Amino acid sequence: MIDLYQEELLDHYKNPRNFGTLSNPDIEFSDTNPLCGDEVKVTAKIINGKIQEIKFDSRGCAISVAAASKLSELLKNKSLSEIKKMDNKEVLELLGVPISPMRLKCALLSLRALQKGIYQNLGE
Amino acid sequence: MKQIKQLDIEKIRNDFPILSQKVNGKNLIYLDNSATSQKPQKVIDAITEYYKSYNSNVHRAIHSLGEKATLKFEEAHEKVAKFINAEKEEIIFTRNTTESLNLLAYSLGKNITSKDNVVITEMEHHSNIIPWQQLCKRTGAELRYIKIDKEGKLDLKNTPIDNNTKIVSIAHVSNVLGTINPVKEIANIAHKNKALFIVDGAQSVPHIKVDVKDIEVDFLAFSGHKMLGPTGIGVLYGKKEYLKKMNPVFFGGGMISNVTKEDAQWADIPNKFEAGTPNIEGAIALASAIEYLENLGMDSINSYVKDLTTYAMKKLLELNNITIYGPENGDRTALISFNLIGIHPHDVAQLLDKEGIAVRAGHMCAKPLMQVMDTQSVCRASFYFYNTKQEVDFLADSLKKVQGVFK
Repeated sequence: MIDLYQEELLDHYKNPRNFGTLSNPDIEFSDTNPLCGDEVKVTAKIINGKIQEIKFDSRGCAISVAAASKLSELLKNKSLSEIKKMDNKEVLELLGVPISPMRLKCALLSLRALQKGIYQNLGE
Repeated sequence: MKQIKQLDIEKIRNDFPILSQKVNGKNLIYLDNSATSQKPQKVIDAITEYYKSYNSNVHRAIHSLGEKATLKFEEAHEKVAKFINAEKEEIIFTRNTTESLNLLAYSLGKNITSKDNVVITEMEHHSNIIPWQQLCKRTGAELRYIKIDKEGKLDLKNTPIDNNTKIVSIAHVSNVLGTINPVKEIANIAHKNKALFIVDGAQSVPHIKVDVKDIEVDFLAFSGHKMLGPTGIGVLYGKKEYLKKMNPVFFGGGMISNVTKEDAQWADIPNKFEAGTPNIEGAIALASAIEYLENLGMDSINSYVKDLTTYAMKKLLELNNITIYGPENGDRTALISFNLIGIHPHDVAQLLDKEGIAVRAGHMCAKPLMQVMDTQSVCRASFYFYNTKQEVDFLADSLKKVQGVFK
């Protein structure tokens, strides 16, 4: 049972990095996981088309919270165009644990919210 | 007192081929029965026999296969009717409870105006909320909710039912709280106010002997797949005096008595509500499922599952840091919703799956109830007559293990 959720993942769940919301963000987007009603709100500040600061307010399962936490570390200084291209594979690699098909939505919730926020910001 | 026949669970389990398999290297412990039950060989055989030996469309077939299919399909109406103490013409086959309730919302909705109100409860499944919500949006009628108390029972002292209530629609058994609602009492309140009384029997008909005359219900909706039948076959029972007056919702083949270029007249009930080629093998297999249930005896099933639920409640209450929803004792059956404090239901379900245990995790299609309960989601273990105390013990032990992972 224990090997499914590695220590590192549990650490990100218990102590999520960049947790909360930024004031006066350039990007602000909330999304819901229709499976369980979990919510995530992403806020980010952009300078020169790159993420300068990012926070996730994610309340959910270990997979979704850890994914948001790990993403927040990875995404600093990434360009919006790079983030738009990110997909399942990168998030799954980042998590480093097997994710069943039913849990994909949990794993991808935060990235999808950020991507929608970016599209909104760019008016696309 | 009537003697209740004891069930031979070991023998019964052999009737369900799916139960003997391993999941993730562990014996399957299937505790997601409120979502859908497993199927005995007898029901699987009924489906394959239909396709192997008499697959044919029903009605208007003047050949041997068609006659047999029609006969079996008609018998299925009769079997379902007897099972709930109704008459054959009062049984409409639908896809499921959801479709049955939508059919009602559309057909009965024709008589609803902006002066009227529709009453449901805070513990309804989305299938018994949204059809009425949409009806009220279409007509300007008001949607009212009977509230639940802290224990998870309906507050019947202060119901919003009044003279302008046209429809009262409630779940017999809550799919989240497990509460068995006092339907007869509510029928009484509804009828005193001249409202129609509808019961969502999705969670009750598989477990409790439901007699439509006894509970004085005008309409009853339920699904075949939660009571050993296949998916895609559901039932709408309606009192014939009402069904006869109601307009059909779906139009096409099989539901007419005459058609001209300009107009059409409807067939008798129940056919006028069953447009198009029906789920023939589903109906036949549901009849077979009912035979299986009746052979065990609904009283035996109810008593066994109630005992098992009580046992599970005791075992789960022994755990630390657990929240259990719904009444602790008494009027409840078949399922327990809970949360391990600080651990998300998805994580609980995922880790239990590693132990071969299937439970459900999420909002249970009851988001308004989740709000009342002040939670986003829950885990739900739900039982049927093939589950055992040993399985419940293993569930409790595994939940302790889950807590260990998150320590």
